[in-house]
Amino acid sequence: MLEIRWHSRAGQGAVTGAKGLADVISTTGKQVQAFAFYGSAKRGAAMTAYNRVDDNVIMNHEKYMEPDYVFVIDPALVYTSDVTVNHKENTKYIITTHLSTEELKKAQPKLEGKEVYTVDCITIAKETIGRAIPNTPMLGAFMKISGMYEMDFFKTSMQRVLGKLPQKIIDGNMLAIQRAYDEVK
Amino acid sequence: MAFDKMKLRDIEVWDGNFAAAQALRQCQVDVVSAYPITPSTAIVEGYAKFKSDNFVEGEFIMVESEHAAMSGCIGAAAAGGRVATATSSQGLALMSETLYQASGMRLPIVLNLVNRALASPLNVNGDHSDMYMVRDSGWIQFDAFNPQEAYDLNFIAFKVSEDHDIRLPAIVNQDGFMTSHTAQGVATMDDDTAFGFVGTYKPMNDMLDFEHPVTHGVQTEEDWHFEHKARQHNDLMTKAGPKIDEVFADFKKLTGRKYSQVETYDMEDADVAVFCLGTSVETAREVAKEMRTRGIKAGVVGLRVIRPFPFAQVQATLKDVKAVAVLDRSSPNGAAGAMFNEVTTAMYSAENSPLISGYIYGLGGRDLTKVHLVDLYNELDTNVKAGKVTTPLQQFIGVRGPKLAYL
Repeated sequence: MLEIRWHSRAGQGAVTGAKGLADVISTTGKQVQAFAFYGSAKRGAAMTAYNRVDDNVIMNHEKYMEPDYVFVIDPALVYTSDVTVNHKENTKYIITTHLSTEELKKAQPKLEGKEVYTVDCITIAKETIGRAIPNTPMLGAFMKISGMYEMDFFKTSMQRVLGKLPQKIIDGNMLAIQRAYDEVK
Repeated sequence: MAFDKMKLRDIEVWDGNFAAAQALRQCQVDVVSAYPITPSTAIVEGYAKFKSDNFVEGEFIMVESEHAAMSGCIGAAAAGGRVATATSSQGLALMSETLYQASGMRLPIVLNLVNRALASPLNVNGDHSDMYMVRDSGWIQFDAFNPQEAYDLNFIAFKVSEDHDIRLPAIVNQDGFMTSHTAQGVATMDDDTAFGFVGTYKPMNDMLDFEHPVTHGVQTEEDWHFEHKARQHNDLMTKAGPKIDEVFADFKKLTGRKYSQVETYDMEDADVAVFCLGTSVETAREVAKEMRTRGIKAGVVGLRVIRPFPFAQVQATLKDVKAVAVLDRSSPNGAAGAMFNEVTTAMYSAENSPLISGYIYGLGGRDLTKVHLVDLYNELDTNVKAGKVTTPLQQFIGVRGPKLAYL
């Protein structure tokens, strides 16, 4: 079982990102689950979204999770939320920030001693998609860190998932995914 | 036909709401009269989108309240259409008067009820308070444990509900957020196969059949009211169950997916069992397997058909079990749990009765964790060893503060 927790603000696309990732993984024959806690459901409010992936049908519906990966797609949430809650020894963190990993650990000592990767999904999204929607770049970074799929397969799959959007937005997302893949450290 | 067909993949990643919306599209529902409410909104929104994109030939009626939503459904069903809607919680509460009208008028309507807590305090998350609130309304009630079942049970509900021997409305329950907003793999049917299963709707006593004028919604008083209610109860008690079994069998033939009025998991040799509804059934199944590796013969019973209550099947399922926990995701507010009462009533007159204890859990969407369920199975095991219920009959799981237990 692979388990992922997303930290986001409502409106930044964590639910879409989690569902999109589930959709891509499902096409490879794996079983998936994607869900979220909406909290007060107001745009800008801190929220979490979740993925579970397994070879067998996923029957566990508990909300409690000790994640393998934590994605933080809003840079301020490492300070205002506890992104390390229910941490386990090998939990990996991919955090969107303009800081380097070392600078981030200094700024948030809770991340000290943990496996942390950083990438500036907000800037990447602004420069490629034209809006601060950091969900797809986070998935690009995840592909790099996890080595889950080849980029060609992942990008082709994401083009299908994003299918209904205007071509310009889809192209921007593809660039964002590639840039985050290349830039995550 | 004037509408377009939609190409689906064999497995789509859908949440429970979208799965239900797709089922309404594939059944080619004629009229959806709706007043959206969280967490069920995406169902009627989905139907409206399909309609505006020409994937259904039907009417979407926007109304001013849930009371009007169900009233619109009643009018459309009486006129002779295939009708559906969706609601949750407060919406269902406002709709409740008209639910009794729909069933008393013997109108086949499918209501997707996305289970949510009832205020106050206000809460949009999942529990079963709304489901229990309308348990006596004369509707058939199915319960889905995951998005796949939310999809499948809509087809089954139409087919049972519209049968001329039944002609009773049906509710398809799914857990708010835990199913409605959780995306999982859903095995789909293509449009022709799906529509072929439910078939073209054949109304009975429809008001738009001008050759055979009929009156709906009459007044009867003491001369006939009782006979009407007795006939409705009779049809629920004697006809709905066998029809549901028949439709379950047809559905299995078509899709390979097997449904039963009482779903049992690892129950063949179980000493202890958890009896529950919704997503909790699946979490409990996973924990039961873990308990078996620890030497406790654990099983799970999930109620697929809540109304008509499958009395005999529950008796047969639990008669050889030693201890059962009945879980209620609803505050009984001054009594034993609603489902606890139903199960103990059934087992009182069974050949053998297990030790039965009740648990209140998960109100307002509070998490039911695997750790809770491990503790619960261990408690049942203690009861088996002691030969009696060692705890109060009603305990609360997962509530903060001092441990609450009654009875």
